[in-house]
Amino acid sequence: MNALALLSQLGGAVLAVALAPVLAGWVAQCRAWLQNRSAPPLLQPYRSLRKLFRKDAALATYASPLFRATPYVVFGTMAMAAAIIPSVTTDLPMARVADAIALVGLFATARVFMALAAMDIGTVFGSMGARREMMIGFLAEPALLMVLFNAFLMFGSTALPTVVEDILNTKGLMLQPSLAFAGVAFVMVLLAENARIPIDNPATHLEVTMIHEAMLLEYSARHLALMEWASWLKLFNYACIGFALFVPWGIALHANGPLALLFAVAWLAAKLVVAGAVLAVIETVSAKLRIFRAPEFLSMAFLLAVLGLLVHLLLQS
Amino acid sequence: MWPDFLDSESVPLRSNVAGCRVLADAHHWTAAADALREAGASLLSLWGSDDRDVDRCFRIRAAYLLPDRVLVIEHAMPAERAVYPSLVPGFPVADRMQRAVHDLLGIRADGGDTRPWLRHGGWPEKVFPLRRDVSSAQTYPIVSVPYPFVPVIGEGVHEVAVGPVHAGVIEPGRFHISVVGEKALRLEERLGYTHKGVAKRFESFAQRDGHRLAARVSGDSTVAFGWAYCAALESITATTLSPRAVALRALALERERIANHLGDLGAIGNDAGFGFGLTQFSSLKEQLLRHNSEVFGQRYLFDFVVPGGVACDLSVRAIPTLLDKIAMLERAVHELRSIYANHEGLQDRFLGAGRLTPDQAQTLGAIGLAARASGIARDLRVDQPWTPYDNLAPVLATRTEGDVAARVQLRFDETLESLRLCRQLLDTLPQGELCAEPPMAPAGQLGLGLIEGWRGPVMVALETGPEGRIRRCHPHDPSWQNWPLIEVALLGNIVPDFPLINKSFNLSYSGHDG
Repeated sequence: MNALALLSQLGGAVLAVALAPVLAGWVAQCRAWLQNRSAPPLLQPYRSLRKLFRKDAALATYASPLFRATPYVVFGTMAMAAAIIPSVTTDLPMARVADAIALVGLFATARVFMALAAMDIGTVFGSMGARREMMIGFLAEPALLMVLFNAFLMFGSTALPTVVEDILNTKGLMLQPSLAFAGVAFVMVLLAENARIPIDNPATHLEVTMIHEAMLLEYSARHLALMEWASWLKLFNYACIGFALFVPWGIALHANGPLALLFAVAWLAAKLVVAGAVLAVIETVSAKLRIFRAPEFLSMAFLLAVLGLLVHLLLQS
Repeated sequence: MWPDFLDSESVPLRSNVAGCRVLADAHHWTAAADALREAGASLLSLWGSDDRDVDRCFRIRAAYLLPDRVLVIEHAMPAERAVYPSLVPGFPVADRMQRAVHDLLGIRADGGDTRPWLRHGGWPEKVFPLRRDVSSAQTYPIVSVPYPFVPVIGEGVHEVAVGPVHAGVIEPGRFHISVVGEKALRLEERLGYTHKGVAKRFESFAQRDGHRLAARVSGDSTVAFGWAYCAALESITATTLSPRAVALRALALERERIANHLGDLGAIGNDAGFGFGLTQFSSLKEQLLRHNSEVFGQRYLFDFVVPGGVACDLSVRAIPTLLDKIAMLERAVHELRSIYANHEGLQDRFLGAGRLTPDQAQTLGAIGLAARASGIARDLRVDQPWTPYDNLAPVLATRTEGDVAARVQLRFDETLESLRLCRQLLDTLPQGELCAEPPMAPAGQLGLGLIEGWRGPVMVALETGPEGRIRRCHPHDPSWQNWPLIEVALLGNIVPDFPLINKSFNLSYSGHDG
C-alpha cells in the first residue's frame, strides 16, 4: 500500500460523487430527446442540488433523529461503495477488506435506513413506499449476488479488483456464454434497484404509484439534496459494477503508472455516455409494469443469473 | 308498466331535443321514477328551486333521459314540509344529487344518505345559500366539519387517503381507499371542494350574458356548456339559428372533443409509465389549440358560442389550412394508435384494469363516454340529433369490455370520427349570418339545453325571470353520474392502478362541484 494507491482510491470516490449528477442529467437529456421534448441542461442536477442546499429544511413534527440521520447515512454508504468499486483503477487498498458481498451489504444498509425513515413520519405514502421498496429489495439482492457469483466462480475471488485484473490479464476470456446471461440479469437488477422504468417511474407525481420517490416525500432542502444525490450515486455505482464485470477495458491496473489513470477516466466517461443513452432507450420504449409483475421481472433476472452459473459449470466439466 | 299520467298530464318541454314536462304529486313522482326505470331511462339531473315568493312552495325537478326524448318531472312541496320521495331505490346515482340539493336549498329526500355533500363548512348547517332570502353577499366563518367516511374493519385493513390536494396541477378531490396489502377493498370519494356557488351567481346575470358563466362551469367543456345554455335560451325564445352558425358551433364542439381526447390519450399513457405517449399527444393537442387561437381567437374556444349564433366567423382562407391540419392529425392519430396497440407493456396495464361491466354501468346509471365503453350505446348526437347533427349522421362508437383499454379505444374511435365530422362540416359549410340576438324571453319559462359534450350529455336548465333576468339556472355535468363509477371500477384492483383508472374516466371536479 502506498500513498498513490490511497490517493487514487479516495480520488475514485470523489470522482463518483462529482460525476454522478452528470450521469443523471445525461440520462434525463437522452430521455427528453427520445420523447421529442427539448431537454433540460446537462448540469441541471447540480443546479437542483445548489437550490436545495440553500433552502431551509422543514421537518415533520414527529420526526425522530433517525429521520434526520438517514440522508447522511445513505449518502455515506453510497460514497463508501463508490470507493470500493474499481471504476478507474484496480489499485484499491481498502477493497481487500470489503469485497463485492460487502458491497451488496452496503446497498442493503442504505435501503434499510431509507425504509425506516420513510415509516418514521407515519404518513401513508412513506409506509407504502417502504413496503414496496423492501419487496423489490429482497428480490433484487439475491439476483445481484447470483450475477456476482458468476464472476467469482470464474476467477475464484470475491474482490472486484481481482476479478477486473484477471479479466484484463487473460485475453479472450470475455467470450464466456455464462457472462451473457449474467449481463442481461444485471441490467434487469440495475433497472429495479435504481427505481427506473419498468419497475418504478422516477418522473411521476402520482404518490400512490411511487416506490422510491414515496420514501422521499417528507424530505426537503439539504436532506432531500443528499437523498437525491445518493440515488444518482447509486446509479453511478451500479454502472461501474457493470463496467467492471462486463466491459472492464480501460481500467488502470495495479502495475500501471499515473498516466494510465487519466486514460481510465476518459474511458469511464465514454462508457457512461453509452450506458446512459442505452438506459434512456430502455426507459423510453417500455411502460411501467404493474407492481405485482415486479417479482416476475426479478425472478427472471435471478433465473438468468443461475443459468449463467450452470452454463459455466457445464462448460468447465 | 307505463302510467297514463306520464302522457295525459305532460306538456311540451322547450328544448333543443324532443321532450316533455310532467307535474307530479308525491305519489306520481315515485310512480314516474319506477316506470322510467323499467323503461330503461337514465336519470339526467336533479335540481331544486325556491319558489316560495311565487306560490309558497319549493320545487324539485328530475330530468330523465329516454332513448328518444327527455322527460322532466316536477314536484312542488309546501315550504313547511319540504320533503320529497327519494329516488335512490331506483336510481342510485340520485344519492349525491339529493344531498347537494339539501345542502343548497334545505329540501330533503325521505331516504338515503344524510351526510353533507357540497357543504364543507363554508356556510352553517342551517343556512341554505340557494334560497332567495339568503344574500349571496353574506359571508360566514369557515368551520371545518368532520366527514364520517364509511369505515372498513378487518385484519390487515388500512386506509390510504389521497387528496384533496394532489401532487399534480389538478383539481381537488378526496379519495379514501381501504386496502389490504396493495389490493383496494373500497373506495369512497369526497367531492365539493371547488363549489363556487355558480347556481346562485346565475341569478344575478342577465339572460343574454348567462352563457359566459355557463361556459366557465367546467373549462374543458366550455363549448358544450355554452351551447347548452344558449340552446335553452333559444328554445324559450324560439330563435332559429342560421345554418352557418350551427355548423360553426358543431365544428367548435367537435374540436373540443378532439382536443380533450388527445390530451387524455397522452395522459393515460403517461400514467402507465409511457412518457413518449404524453409528449406526442400533448404536441398534437397543442397544435390544435394554437390553431384554434389563430382561427377563432381562443385556444379553448371560450365564449365562441353566444345566444343566437357564434362570436366570430371562419374566413374562407382558413378552411384549406384547417382541412390540412385535420388530415395531418388523422395520420398522426392512426400512427400513435398502432404504437399503443402494439406496445405489450402498455396493453398489459390497460387490459382488464378498472373494469366496469355493462350490468354495473346500467345499474349505476352511467352516461356518456364511460357508459359507451361498458356497452351502453347511447350518444345524443346519434339518438336524438339536434341541428346540425341530424344532417351529419355521426357514427356511434361503443365497446363492451368496460376496462381502461376499452375507454382508450373509444377515445381513438371518437377522435377519428370527430375529425371526419370536422371535415364534413368544413366541406359543406353553408352561408348565413353569424348571430341573430334572441328577443327577451318572457318571465317564468323553463328551457332545457342538452348537448353531447366529450364526457357525455351536458345539460343546462334555464328558468327565466322578469326584465330579461335569470330566475334559476342549473348546469349539470355528466361527471355527477360517472364519479361513482370509479368507486366500483377500482374494486379488486391494486392501489397503484388507481391513477390510471381514474385518468381513463377523467371526470370534472369543477363541473361536478358547481
